[in-house]
Amino acid sequence: MSDTVSIVIVSHSPDVARGAADMVRQMVGSEVKVAFCGGNVEGGLGTSVPHIMEAIDAAWSPRGVAILVDLGGAETNSEMAVELLPAERRSLVVVCNAPIVEGAVMAATEAAGGSPLDRVRAVAEELSAD
Amino acid sequence: MPLNEAAMRTLISAAAEEVIAHAQELTALDQAIGDGDHGINMKRGFEAVLGKLDVIAAQPAGDAVKSVGKTLVMTVGGASGPLYGSFFMALGDAITAGKRLPEDLAEAFASGVEAVSKRGKSRAGEKTMLDVLTPVLDTLRSEAGRPDLPRRLCKVASEAAEKTAPMLATKGRASFLGERSIGHVDPGARSSCVLVHAICNALEARA
Repeated sequence: MSDTVSIVIVSHSPDVARGAADMVRQMVGSEVKVAFCGGNVEGGLGTSVPHIMEAIDAAWSPRGVAILVDLGGAETNSEMAVELLPAERRSLVVVCNAPIVEGAVMAATEAAGGSPLDRVRAVAEELSAD
Repeated sequence: MPLNEAAMRTLISAAAEEVIAHAQELTALDQAIGDGDHGINMKRGFEAVLGKLDVIAAQPAGDAVKSVGKTLVMTVGGASGPLYGSFFMALGDAITAGKRLPEDLAEAFASGVEAVSKRGKSRAGEKTMLDVLTPVLDTLRSEAGRPDLPRRLCKVASEAAEKTAPMLATKGRASFLGERSIGHVDPGARSSCVLVHAICNALEARA
């Protein structure tokens, strides 16, 4: 299973994160590791750097991890979480500029075919083109 | 003043207490043009800082400032966590790397401002905390050594925060409102102003 790129979903809302992860699993089953987190440290709407780091760890694949985020704070906190990873892991995690649900499903589908991280990211980010 | 443990304790607790005291105001500003969580997020972060004050203040000054940043990163829960966190982490690193206070304050502060700019992919003029931090940095550079520098910095920060009201937001959640963001002070600019006042007032009280 860890021979594919993994997906991490980071939403302000735990419900959105869980729902997006469900949609990914419906598409790719267990071929691709998917982890998700949503909500701040108190469980309210928001995102949490430690929770994002835990999700990256849970989904970890030597092929890399693509993170899909919703709004600004999720992106900023995800980028921060990546920088706080051990140096050898940092270059293997990317934050995709893509819509969270469609991006996660597209990225996971691409990952399931064995594509490398840059290709998985590119497919997700095509959704944000023009 | 030397940056010993007592001074660090005074400065950090002054900053934290002022932010916590302004939480409702910051939240109200954020409700107008954002998602309404800036005050509560900053309060959570600085309460965590106060909770670890003994451990934080006992460290060398650079490490102490960096610890404040890391604590904010891990607890705030909004974009302001990594933004303020990166500011204090870079400021702490600059002090650890040999920048002396108060002589090199402008240079050390510049490292922090640069980190915020990079983290937020933003610059002054976009209705953000950088619209306060940048003029404060300019004043630190141009008026270093003046005995009334803390007063001047407070004035510059207050005026700069007010000047974000007529600006159009192009970064962050407020940018979704487009022209409706005009007419409201930016919450991040306001929280930066609160921090500048807290630090300057504490420095004056100890002088």
